[in-house]
Amino acid sequence: MAKRTQPAMPSASAFSLPRRDSVLTGRMTASPAVTVTPGGQSSRISLRAPEKSRAALSRALGLKLPEQPKTIAQAGSRTAIWLGPDEWLVLDEPEVDLMAALASVKALHSAADVSHRNQAIMVAGPSVEATLNAGCPLDLSIAAFPVNAATRTVLGKAEIVLWRTEEKTFRVECWRSFADYCFTLLASGARDAAMG
Amino acid sequence: MTAHRIPKAGRLTPAREVRFSFDGKAMTGLEGDTLASALLANGVHLVGRSFKYHRPRGILSAGSEEPNALVGIRRDAARQTPNVRATVQEVYDGLEAVSQNRWPSLSFDTGAINDIGAPFFSAGFYYKTFMWPKVAWKRLYEPNIRAAAGLGVAPDEPDPDLYASRYAHCDVLIAGGGAAGIAAAVAAADAGVSVILADEQPEIGGALRFEVGASIDGQDGWSWARAQMAKLTAMPNVRVLTRCTVFGYHAQNMVVLAERLTDHLANPAPEMSRERLWEVRAKHVILATGAIERHMVFPGNDRPGVMLASAARSYLNHFGVAVGKRVGIYTANDSAYYAALDLKRAGQKIQAIVDLRDDPKSSVVEEARAEGIEVLTGHGVVATNGRLRVSGMITRPKDGGRERNFSVDALLTSAGWTPSVHLFSQSRGKLAFDAKRQIFLPGANVQDCVSAGACNGLEDLAAVLDSGYAAGEQAARNGKGSAAAGGRKVQRESWSGGMVGAGPGAGPEDTSRAFVDFQNDVTAKDIRQAVREGFRSIEHVKRFTTNGMATDQGKTSNLHGLAIAAEALDKPIPEVGLTTFRQPFTPVTFGALVGHNRGALFDVTRRTPMHQWAEDHGAVFEDVGTWKRAWYFPRAGENMHAAVARECRTVREAAGVFDASTLGKIEVVGPDAATFLELMYTNPWQKLAPGRCRYGLMLREDGFIYDDGVIGRLADDRFHVTTTTGGAPRVLQHMEDYLQTEFPHLNVWLTSTSEQWAVIAVQGPKAREIIAPLVEGCDISDEAMPHMSARECRVAGAPARLFRMSFTGERGFEINVPADYGPAVMEMVWAQAQNHGACMYGTETMHVLRAEKGYIIVGQETDGTVTPNDCGLDWAIGKKKTDFVGIRGLKRPDLVAAGRKQLVGLLTKNQKHALEEGAQIVADPKQPKPMTMLGHVTSAYWSPTLGRTFALALIADGRARMGETLFVPMPGGKTIEVEVTGTVFYDEAGEKLHG
Repeated sequence: MAKRTQPAMPSASAFSLPRRDSVLTGRMTASPAVTVTPGGQSSRISLRAPEKSRAALSRALGLKLPEQPKTIAQAGSRTAIWLGPDEWLVLDEPEVDLMAALASVKALHSAADVSHRNQAIMVAGPSVEATLNAGCPLDLSIAAFPVNAATRTVLGKAEIVLWRTEEKTFRVECWRSFADYCFTLLASGARDAAMG
Repeated sequence: MTAHRIPKAGRLTPAREVRFSFDGKAMTGLEGDTLASALLANGVHLVGRSFKYHRPRGILSAGSEEPNALVGIRRDAARQTPNVRATVQEVYDGLEAVSQNRWPSLSFDTGAINDIGAPFFSAGFYYKTFMWPKVAWKRLYEPNIRAAAGLGVAPDEPDPDLYASRYAHCDVLIAGGGAAGIAAAVAAADAGVSVILADEQPEIGGALRFEVGASIDGQDGWSWARAQMAKLTAMPNVRVLTRCTVFGYHAQNMVVLAERLTDHLANPAPEMSRERLWEVRAKHVILATGAIERHMVFPGNDRPGVMLASAARSYLNHFGVAVGKRVGIYTANDSAYYAALDLKRAGQKIQAIVDLRDDPKSSVVEEARAEGIEVLTGHGVVATNGRLRVSGMITRPKDGGRERNFSVDALLTSAGWTPSVHLFSQSRGKLAFDAKRQIFLPGANVQDCVSAGACNGLEDLAAVLDSGYAAGEQAARNGKGSAAAGGRKVQRESWSGGMVGAGPGAGPEDTSRAFVDFQNDVTAKDIRQAVREGFRSIEHVKRFTTNGMATDQGKTSNLHGLAIAAEALDKPIPEVGLTTFRQPFTPVTFGALVGHNRGALFDVTRRTPMHQWAEDHGAVFEDVGTWKRAWYFPRAGENMHAAVARECRTVREAAGVFDASTLGKIEVVGPDAATFLELMYTNPWQKLAPGRCRYGLMLREDGFIYDDGVIGRLADDRFHVTTTTGGAPRVLQHMEDYLQTEFPHLNVWLTSTSEQWAVIAVQGPKAREIIAPLVEGCDISDEAMPHMSARECRVAGAPARLFRMSFTGERGFEINVPADYGPAVMEMVWAQAQNHGACMYGTETMHVLRAEKGYIIVGQETDGTVTPNDCGLDWAIGKKKTDFVGIRGLKRPDLVAAGRKQLVGLLTKNQKHALEEGAQIVADPKQPKPMTMLGHVTSAYWSPTLGRTFALALIADGRARMGETLFVPMPGGKTIEVEVTGTVFYDEAGEKLHG
């Protein structure tokens, strides 16, 4: 739908792609109870669209955009997380160009590249729920928040997207400048959770 | 074995000794002791001095209701906790406790002079006495009262301990682990639902700790409690939290608990949390908070050695400590008789049981008599002897008659049991008064909660258990169906009887002091005096006398105080009212409430992608909201003034590199994007061509400036909006609010991209030369990319959005690259910049350069009451526009009236004089005070370009005052003379912007 009047960005470049500096490089906290580690780099888009565009966007993305709260859809390395009736966070491997995947979709939508806006933090281990509950008020019992449940929520003073990737593994997505705060809070929660 | 520990009594292990000290004196106790039980085992009853009269005080209770035995606990210089209840603090090896509110020592305290002067220190003393002379308040009374006020000494070093907090959810939360709470937990857990059982004691069991006459299903009560604990802790659906106080009950069953994790340990590991705050959302709450024994109100009832009867039983039956060898009992109910029987059977002498009731009928009375104990019915205790410990009790028939003097070293009292309805009341449930039993009981439940056991007025153990099991089963079944109760074989004690108010010798005609509230030294007399002086509401009586206002919040005193006030008012108790039960149930440390949120977690500290780069180059940072921004980059030997002056000159002469990443960014996408921006901003957007950008001005509905920023159009349906740094969250919210409520028909979506982009501003005459070698896919010549252009291209190999724009008045570019590329791109830009003599600059230089151009900063030139016209920004309002947020506000009479403050420039007559931001401006400095103020300075700087100071100001009718001389009176009498000028001090024609 984009009618661009500017020339497209050049694909060939005299420069190689610059070094990518993630915000939490080198951070790690680990105990038998729980480990907190920075997640790797990803491609991400914030996708907004009305109901009538869902089918076209699903086709372009190669997965069926989820329609229920707290759910995700996956295809290969690609994951779409339901964040609202007209909002999804789509994640993929860092080299995947998600914007390009949607560039030719005519159906009404908004896609914004937020690959570098977010930082992922992985939290895993037997005490993972208690660790997250240091700052997240949700009921994270497996019955209330099963594997592949995902939602936008809070962690202390930060807004996050929380995705349970395995029974004892969660992925936290926060904004870049909140990553230090989130990581530090999770490390503090992990310390306390290790006590029982 | 310490002197007062009775062989074979209690449940502690004699071999497990721990050493502790009290006021420097070394003592031994046993593992499992509280500080109170260990002190009593050492024969120590005197543990503190009262707050007001400095009267010697002992240990009243064996639980968290303790009003008297408050001590300081010290681990090291930083770990000193004042006002710890000795009845709650567990001893550990090496514990150091000190008494409070005494000088020079506990047994000889000069503050006790207040006790002799007691007739002058009656209720309301401070309110009445220190009224005159008025001047004495500030210099004499207040400092002295402040020095005398407060109990204990707060630590003066930062708390080195760690604290934690945790959210939890459960089907059933049970507050209180006595018989009812245990029964409820077992019933709910057996039904398979998730259960949290919390109790403030180290072990669950509640009153079963001392109630040795109880047995359940053939086990003694305490053993039964141990067996249930073992069962519960083995169940995966149950969490038992001991040393954990349920202290707050909020809306929708949000219940808050404080768990103490290390205060009982000799050497807690450094990584352990000292306390953990639990915030629990429970589907159902069962309150099983039990009941608190009341003391009798009689003259001299506060001497050390006067104690609650149930407390003496705890000390004997659990801790194995006899609180006295010659014990008197003063009671109005049956339960105290068991204290006499337990102590007698443990070999202590019971001098007499004094029972206020004329003819108590229970079998326990006969049992006492059969044991050979003298029982004086229809009698009261009307006085006590002793100074630092009770030595005698004087009894008298309650209607008058012969007094008798008994030698005692402990006097146990019980006026009956007050159901603990604190949490029920916090849940917003209304209390109902049981006139027959003179107690307040839970009325209708407001939240999904139920009261079980003694807190609901039950006294009979079988009934207590039944209510607990029923509550647990019903909660597990979501309140449906009735529970199968009964069927358990229970032996129990009789606890009936009780009275409220003052006893004989403490009546309206008596002059002696009978204490109601021990911690705040409130007597029956004080309460009557309050009534005499006209106080009618119990809330006022409470505040005038301070009854119930100490750290124990009147757990033992409130009902007595209420009864005495009701009697004096000659009204039934419910008509006098009941004071409010507020959080917390018992004191909670600040540490527990703060939890994780200290140090680095006190607040979010946001850093830009290039923060480390700036730090490596010596930046000094300033806080802008929660962001850290590079403020200036001093070189060796430079102060801030010199660094900023150099940065300003370099940008104007060559160029500067600036980190603008903190600016808010919103991606506005959709076919109606331009229409939406037309509504949100004053400017026109429909005709802005893709590839161009424009300054946008955002108003609130009332017509005042809300935010501003440059907005670039990348495609017909895609805009890159920038906001002020501080405005980013609220501007997005403001837009989203209007989009959802006022303009839902528009096909447009907003996405925050503030953190997607690292922004490198390159500003100055050499800006284009600097970036040119790095830019691909875009002609950045002045012809191809004039001022206010936006392009998508590559910079240093990274996909970029390149803006030609300026906040300095020089030719400028802002390079937006995905955030992770920021540091690498910045390094490459900086390498180029150095070839052209450019500098890196910070926010201070940015402020100076923009002010020289008269560019406003929202929040500095504006304060929420400034219109576009006030700032000279009428040009930014689309003249043909018929609608935007604020268009009607701009037409309000006040906003178009003459005389509004307008933005102007100011130059001091003396070029070296510097103005202060916020300074007030007047026309005539000689006018009488208060002067008529014309406006104020909004920005003031030294300009190296102008070689002098300059300022921006908002002044009434400012634009009509060009060339006028005005005055800025400063604190200290100095007055600065200024001339009103235009707002643009540099390149007024704007030629430099265009290259």
